[in-house]
Amino acid sequence: MTIVVAGERKEYADGLTVEELIEAEKVETPQYVTVTVNDTFLSNAERASRSLQEGDVVEFLYFMGGGTIPSLCATND
Amino acid sequence: MAFTNEQLERYSRHIILKEIGPKGQKKLMKAKVLIIGAGGLGAPAALYLAAAGVGTIGIADADSVDLSNLQRQVIHSTADIGRPKVESARDSMLAINPEITVHTYYEYITSENISGIIRDYDFVLDGTDNFPAKFLINDACVLEEKPFSHAGIIRFEGQLMTYVPGEGPCYRCVFKEPPPKDAVPTCREAGVVGAVAGVIGCLQAMEAVKYITGAGDLLTGRLLTYNALRSQFRTVPLPRDSHCAVCSGERTIHVPFDYELPVCDLK
Repeated sequence: MTIVVAGERKEYADGLTVEELIEAEKVETPQYVTVTVNDTFLSNAERASRSLQEGDVVEFLYFMGGGTIPSLCATND
Repeated sequence: MAFTNEQLERYSRHIILKEIGPKGQKKLMKAKVLIIGAGGLGAPAALYLAAAGVGTIGIADADSVDLSNLQRQVIHSTADIGRPKVESARDSMLAINPEITVHTYYEYITSENISGIIRDYDFVLDGTDNFPAKFLINDACVLEEKPFSHAGIIRFEGQLMTYVPGEGPCYRCVFKEPPPKDAVPTCREAGVVGAVAGVIGCLQAMEAVKYITGAGDLLTGRLLTYNALRSQFRTVPLPRDSHCAVCSGERTIHVPFDYELPVCDLK
């Protein structure tokens, strides 16, 4: 089947679950990544049971910090 | 309020744009924007918003300028090392545009002070690097019904989204809870290219300009991601979470609160 993963068309075996896709795509810190399938949030608990289908659109949304360090550290940056 | 000759000249490149024009420029001059964090994101955003003539700019940061900041925090200079970032940032903004008013907040933004600070502003920019602060800004802005721009950067990548009350999803719709302190690398641990901070910080400034002037479409309900290595921008649709703890009808968060600040173990 062809699915769209983070904007790229990819070929995967039919019946692939979201959890398997996360592994195959080597998603970093997957437990803290938000997943949408066809613009709908998928909970972490649903990943193992959710099988993907032809044409599904999957996005991985990553936590990103940035900017300054100030309130992160008690010590001076 | 009529423009002075100097203002007509200073803002001529805005005034000539049909989407901004004299009306839009006057809106910018009356607008109040708060920038939380005078770092990699806040630095370019503050410079461009000052140059654009945003009438009142608030800048909040409790830190002082460090040599390691200068690779990306272009509002500070080598001579500013050791000075409070908010002072250095204020001086740089006023040097570009002495017509604007800058309010500095040389303090940590916490659940105690955030609502009182953001209340006076029309638009808020989140230029912080840590997740407790990002959730705090989100919750406070949702509860105070303030539009804000969220952004994050790491390594060669960055992303941003804009929250507008009653419209798009909020940050908490997408990311329910902050990750544990060690789960997601911060900039210093992971590194970031200075120009990536510049790109994303400028995009945040652009969101503020568009919100104030009404030009174009905001990044509400969309996450704009930038991958510098691939030279690729993408816009990812963001749904609302109908069970969101802060912006939905099922709200369980009624006042801003602080997540525990991670203690930095890097010395």
